[in-house]
Amino acid sequence: MPALLRRAGWRLFGSLPALFGVVVFTFLLMRVLPGDPAIFFASGPNAGEAEIQAIREQMGLDRPIPEQLVRYLGDIGRGRLGRSMGTGQPVVTDLVNRLPASLELTLTALLLALSCALPLGIVAALAPNSAVDHGVRLLCTLGVCVPTFVSGLLLIYAFYYLLGLAPDPTGRIDIFASQPPRVTGFLLIDSALAGDWEAWRAAATQLVLPATTMALFVLAPLARMTRAAMLAVLTSDFIRTGDALGLSRRRVVLVYALRNALLPVITIMGIVFSTMLGANVLVEKVFSWPGVASYALDALLASDYAPVQGFVLLMAAIFVLVNLVVDLLYGLADPRVSME
Amino acid sequence: MNATLRHAAWVLRGNPVTLLAGLGTFVLLLLALIGPALLAYDPIASNVPMALQPPSAAHWFGTDQLGRDVFSRVIAATRLDLAIAASAVALSFALGAMIGAFCGYIGGRLDRWVGRFVDVLMAFPLFVLAMALVAALGNRVENIIYATAIINLPFYIRFARAEVNVRRNLGWVEAARCSGHGPVGVVMRFLLPNILPAMAVQVSLNLGWAILNAAGLSFLGLGVRPPTPEWGIMVAEGARFITSGKWWLVVCPGAALMFAVLCFNLLGDGLRDILDPRLRT
Repeated sequence: MPALLRRAGWRLFGSLPALFGVVVFTFLLMRVLPGDPAIFFASGPNAGEAEIQAIREQMGLDRPIPEQLVRYLGDIGRGRLGRSMGTGQPVVTDLVNRLPASLELTLTALLLALSCALPLGIVAALAPNSAVDHGVRLLCTLGVCVPTFVSGLLLIYAFYYLLGLAPDPTGRIDIFASQPPRVTGFLLIDSALAGDWEAWRAAATQLVLPATTMALFVLAPLARMTRAAMLAVLTSDFIRTGDALGLSRRRVVLVYALRNALLPVITIMGIVFSTMLGANVLVEKVFSWPGVASYALDALLASDYAPVQGFVLLMAAIFVLVNLVVDLLYGLADPRVSME
Repeated sequence: MNATLRHAAWVLRGNPVTLLAGLGTFVLLLLALIGPALLAYDPIASNVPMALQPPSAAHWFGTDQLGRDVFSRVIAATRLDLAIAASAVALSFALGAMIGAFCGYIGGRLDRWVGRFVDVLMAFPLFVLAMALVAALGNRVENIIYATAIINLPFYIRFARAEVNVRRNLGWVEAARCSGHGPVGVVMRFLLPNILPAMAVQVSLNLGWAILNAAGLSFLGLGVRPPTPEWGIMVAEGARFITSGKWWLVVCPGAALMFAVLCFNLLGDGLRDILDPRLRT
């Protein structure tokens, strides 16, 4: 375990330059943005030249760029990301309020995708070139071609309009259902904690369609990688040995082969998560999901840049963290990696 | 060359899917070139009395909320969608191959700095980065191209760098150096042409992804503005009517998008099988 911790520390340290680069990059993005931020922050459209100048000085926009960068870093360190013009709240508050919605959606989708992709990949690898294998391959080929926004809308059409099974596809919970008291911000967890199963059901039914949409999009790379990795592992010597020792096929496949085949799957998890964070934006838009992405998107279309910047920083930070977790998982799944 | 052609023919015979994908790509290119001339309806002329008609003999894909013919709009959009994706990929391919090749050949400080830059780009979720770039550069079509090109750049840089790195000390590169070519000459005249086939596979695999990204951006309302026919924005406009059952507004442009992506992906897979059978999964 200490080895694992040391490794975590090292990796976190190693991701600092990338994080710093991300911050500098977003800073530069803000500086080349059209328009003068001082005018945005002024009291109104008819603020006087003197007032704008005062705000410009107050925000430090008259200083040289390197000094502005240092100030900006200081602001980020103190958690000050500016104020959203749309909501009138500090961006950090908005992001904290809305992040659980996005995370609940993304994590559910990831879970869903993994629980479908792993069995599909394994089944396909166990019988290469069988009908099942071709079916999985077809699914994978088609899966990467359907844009998330189209599949989401098709699901709405099928399950809301045609079958009437899904609730009105807007928001996280039916407006007539009672919101559970906020503890974690995850509606499923909060309502379960409050013992309010009515609300849990309402939240879960709202979550199914968007989560499925996102899961469909990442199903293909995961299933394809699982299949390829399983195929490679199943031909190795230790599998033959396991079979020869009379272990059950089930045990050989699910315990010995799968654990080894998981390594490449874990490796692509970083990329998969990156696609999911991107797909999140589209899915939140399609389902009017009140998460961070739709917040940033509304701000973006209203030329309100502080939330956009905060969002991009948040996404990059999450992504760096995810890569760290992926790396640690990799060490857990393959102890050889953490030996060095 | 003859052997390559024979190999290609052999692969195609065993893999009719690639042939179909090639045909599909050809049809798409044809539509992009001459499609707008073939249309029965003006793709942006509204005809409100005919609004929201389901598909019929007169309107194959139905009509939208302004009575415009969806079929004409889907066909007319081909040119813009393909042009965005193709120029983005061409841009990142040209830049990425050059930068990557020089990094791989020269190494040293240049290589380290470019490597850091690529690391920073890769630290962003790419679609989110593209959104931010369009926001920063301004909400215009050409900026969608730049944004898509930039998020593709890391892959080309890394790929070209790796491909050049394994070749830099080979005999023929040595020979080029000895016959008096400077670094620029060696990279441009010998190394780049040599890694081109491998890069071509990347390009065609990348095109589908670029189309998806660009359509996603315009679905969000970035870049392309109505009434311009474009698949992403058509789906976005149709999204408002999906809960009242007007499926054709989403399905038709969506299917066109899928078809384009599918063709490019399958063609890319096929090309890879022809050029480098070892990489097949």
